[in-house]
Amino acid sequence: MLEFISYLVNGISLGSVYAIIALGYTMVYGIAKMLNFAHGDVIMVGGFVVFSTMSGMGLPPVISVLISIVVCTALGMLIERIAYKPLRKASKLAVLITAIGVSYFLQNVALLIYGSNTKSFTSVVSIDPISLADGAVIISGETIVTIIACIVIMAGLTSFIKYSKSGRAMLAVSEDSGAAQLMGVNVNATIALTFAIGSGLAAVAGVLLCSSYPALTPYTGAMPGIKAFVAAVFGGIGSIPGAFVGGILLGVIEILGKAYISAQLADAIVFAVLVIVLLVKPTGLLGKQIQEKV
Amino acid sequence: MKKKALCLLLACAMTFSLAACGGKGGETSAPAEDRTETEAPAEAGDDTEAPAASGGAVFKVGGIGPTTGGAAVYGMAVQRGAEIAVEEINAAGGINGVQIEFQFQDDEHDPEKSVNAYNTLKDWGMQLLVGSVTSNPCIAVGEKTHEDNLFQLTPSGTAVKCVQYDNAFRMCFSDPNQGLESAKYIGENKLASKVAVIYDSSDPYSAGIYEAFRAEAENQDFEIVTEAKDGAFDASNKTDFSVQVSAAKNAGAELLYMPFYYTEASLVLKECKKQSYAPVFFGVDGMDGILSVENFDTSLAEDLMYMAPFVANSDDEQVKSFVTKYQEQFNEVPNQFAADAYDCIYVLKAAMEEAGVTPDMDASAICDAMKTAMTGITFDGITGKGISWEASGEPNKAPLIVQIKGGEGVAL
Amino acid sequence: MKMKALSKNTRSNLITYGMVVTAYVVMEILLKAGMVSSLLRGLLVPLCMYVILAVSLNLVVGISGELSLGHAGFMCVGAFSSALFSLCMKEAVPAGALRFFLAILIGAAAGALFGFLIGVPVLRLRGDYLAIVTLAFGEIIKNVVNIIFLGRDVNGFHISIEDAFSLNMEPGGEVLINGPQGITGTPQDSSFFIGIVLILITLFVVINMVNSRTGRAIMAIRDNRIAAESVGINVTKYKLLAFTVSASLAGVAGVLYAHNLSTLAAQPKNFGYNMSIMILVFVVLGGIGNIRGSIIAAVVLTLLPEMLRSLNDYRMLMYAVVLIATMIFTSSPGGQAFRERYSLKALIGRKNQEKEA
Repeated sequence: MLEFISYLVNGISLGSVYAIIALGYTMVYGIAKMLNFAHGDVIMVGGFVVFSTMSGMGLPPVISVLISIVVCTALGMLIERIAYKPLRKASKLAVLITAIGVSYFLQNVALLIYGSNTKSFTSVVSIDPISLADGAVIISGETIVTIIACIVIMAGLTSFIKYSKSGRAMLAVSEDSGAAQLMGVNVNATIALTFAIGSGLAAVAGVLLCSSYPALTPYTGAMPGIKAFVAAVFGGIGSIPGAFVGGILLGVIEILGKAYISAQLADAIVFAVLVIVLLVKPTGLLGKQIQEKV
Repeated sequence: MKKKALCLLLACAMTFSLAACGGKGGETSAPAEDRTETEAPAEAGDDTEAPAASGGAVFKVGGIGPTTGGAAVYGMAVQRGAEIAVEEINAAGGINGVQIEFQFQDDEHDPEKSVNAYNTLKDWGMQLLVGSVTSNPCIAVGEKTHEDNLFQLTPSGTAVKCVQYDNAFRMCFSDPNQGLESAKYIGENKLASKVAVIYDSSDPYSAGIYEAFRAEAENQDFEIVTEAKDGAFDASNKTDFSVQVSAAKNAGAELLYMPFYYTEASLVLKECKKQSYAPVFFGVDGMDGILSVENFDTSLAEDLMYMAPFVANSDDEQVKSFVTKYQEQFNEVPNQFAADAYDCIYVLKAAMEEAGVTPDMDASAICDAMKTAMTGITFDGITGKGISWEASGEPNKAPLIVQIKGGEGVAL
Repeated sequence: MKMKALSKNTRSNLITYGMVVTAYVVMEILLKAGMVSSLLRGLLVPLCMYVILAVSLNLVVGISGELSLGHAGFMCVGAFSSALFSLCMKEAVPAGALRFFLAILIGAAAGALFGFLIGVPVLRLRGDYLAIVTLAFGEIIKNVVNIIFLGRDVNGFHISIEDAFSLNMEPGGEVLINGPQGITGTPQDSSFFIGIVLILITLFVVINMVNSRTGRAIMAIRDNRIAAESVGINVTKYKLLAFTVSASLAGVAGVLYAHNLSTLAAQPKNFGYNMSIMILVFVVLGGIGNIRGSIIAAVVLTLLPEMLRSLNDYRMLMYAVVLIATMIFTSSPGGQAFRERYSLKALIGRKNQEKEA
């Protein structure tokens, strides 16, 4: 039982990281209707910025995290402006390929700057771990911070979208960008804002990911990126609570699958659950059912 | 409109393939434009290249390994280690007075790309090959070198089949050899009676060592308490190790055997600390480099033991000089890959001097001479002293057990 | 009008076949003349393989209009099943040609079987959900293949999904599939000639399918599923047919892959989603639904990283830049306007207009 709780906590912690990344995926998808495959690599950039500023220049963790958020936000907007905006009216696949190109680009730039050797990331969290039941269940500081950060971001984002003017503009664009434009919403600015928020979240996710799992390489973001993408689809892509639920569930399934079924098949289990969920509920757990008309 | 674009693409394709066609006009009389194209990388790749002094007669040595992609760290280390050795040899007058020209090609850790890299080097006129760095690509390239009868010395291709043909030799230990030796060491020194293993089930290197270790464990006085499905992880699942570490901890293992690379090992060590689990840690040669992980908290790795052919802070003169040069040029401590590659070039030198090869011989003739010469030499390098080779391609060298004490590796 | 359209279509198809045959003849002549670099010679079979993959994926993405990200999975199935066959039959069927022919059939059948099995549930989904589920299946295939251990000894076959150790083989037994180390020692039966023949067969299958009643039904479903359904087209049947045929052809490409290198292991690089995406890039860059475009894009994009070798460390960076630039150039409104203004046709047209004036 204690073992199970310990696995569960680990799963929720991993899932929270997936959830924050998935939020970025899902927001961009909801508004720009594109799969931003470069999102995972923005996470890696966020990790490297913190690594350089904190371990390299010796800045305090809070400042370097802030710098990282600013850099990633700017990077996200830049990518959007250069690579995606010209393709706003092109086919969805063209944008997908461009996103993959951007992903390769970021990885290779990081490889040229930082080299391929692993960097050990110093955790930005300095909270002592909590030990329960005589050390059978240990909850690390990173886990606590990750889970809290995930909940705060989730709540903040939901209220931002519900109550602020630009948030409602986002909703309108995701609902029907043509109509939104007619109603006076600046669609381009809204999409740019979405990319900015999504990339800022990626920086946070990068910091939390690297704090919990401190090996940093130019390819660090790729796999969590794909997993988060799966999580976003899992919860229903385009839905913010969906990304949260999908992320947490994915993390928990991954850890429990490893623990109780087979560590060799962990990925197959995660993907199999995804397949089953989608077959039962074709738009994901919390996705909207789209009515088709002739 | 689409057609236009297609025509354009087609034209491009044609030009590309024609440009490529020009390459093989005989080794010495390749068209001038193509020459510049292929030679450019050699110069751009290592600015340290000494120009061919004696009227163009040089030994052309090729290298293959991943310099992009997830395994780039190993390929880059090999490239750098080899370049240092080439530079030293050239500065000291070359091999029998002939300079070496070295070119390294990227294979992205993919067998298919590795064969492409090999063919690119062949077009360049390569006479001897140092590579490939990783196992599966090395097996694929081995098939080609065997067909062409080109001498191949792999610095780090550990799989058994890397040297299945008589033209291929290796510098490192083989997978079964490492698994066997580490099981013996643990058994003979009575390090533990209960052992847990974590390994990368998607990596041939790691899985190969695990198998040999498990087979030898039967003969030794300890027991493996975790099953494969508890301790395995794979390439797309190497972020979180909490489950594997918990499994080892709950099984009461006193020793954790970690036959995989140091990047993942640093995560496992951190996870163990998080779970307050402190067994004896035992790694293999992939563990070498853990201390060079930038910003790594070395206290996590205190008392870690691993099998290594090379210790960067050894008192050995050769090692010292290599490490200093490497640090000066690349600003990091060389790992075993760099050391293996450095030795590879010197082994080539020794064997080539023994065989008395000359630059005007073709690759196949050099290969035949080298096959005999390799079994005749005894080599003192930075990854071992008195190394000799079997005709099967396996090196005879004593494994060295290193333990990390106070943030530094100490040979036991 | 209809006749003219048809003949234009036929002509276009003939050009496609002709292009492949010409490429073959030219390459053969150059090979005979010894004017082909080793690099290009080594690339001939992979080129054939990528062309088959691109054409077959185009059937699903272009003609059937479904985004599939699991193509590499089918390739993996074809590769492993055929390599296993060839390895087992190395002694039993010494004739390379016959053995390879059978291996191709097995690879195609295995691809088709998995295409069918996966297609049945998957094709109920739409758009991005379909994409992610195909990606999931591709990853599942790769993951499962990586833990299969198969050995053969005097008692017959042994299988395990844990490690080679639990095969419990008699001494002298041989491990055929060794988990992550995969299959080694596959006979190298692939050749450029067979590759070209397979490309022609692929083209024949795909082009005929597209121009038949079946193809029109599939395209009708792509353009408007509900309308197609309302005129009595069996949506599931036709979608599944296209998907299965495509998977089967991917299996054939896998056979070529497996018999070109002596080592076969399911790594993320060759059978993971990266590969599926790579093939998708060929299809998109060549023009969705355009078979000839797929062929050209596959050839150009496979050669490109090899041609960029002289850039050393900047090679993959340049590749990424070229990819982004090409997509923007070919697909953005600005790029299209630029091309229209400066294309050869437009220039000639403008000149003619000037003359007329």
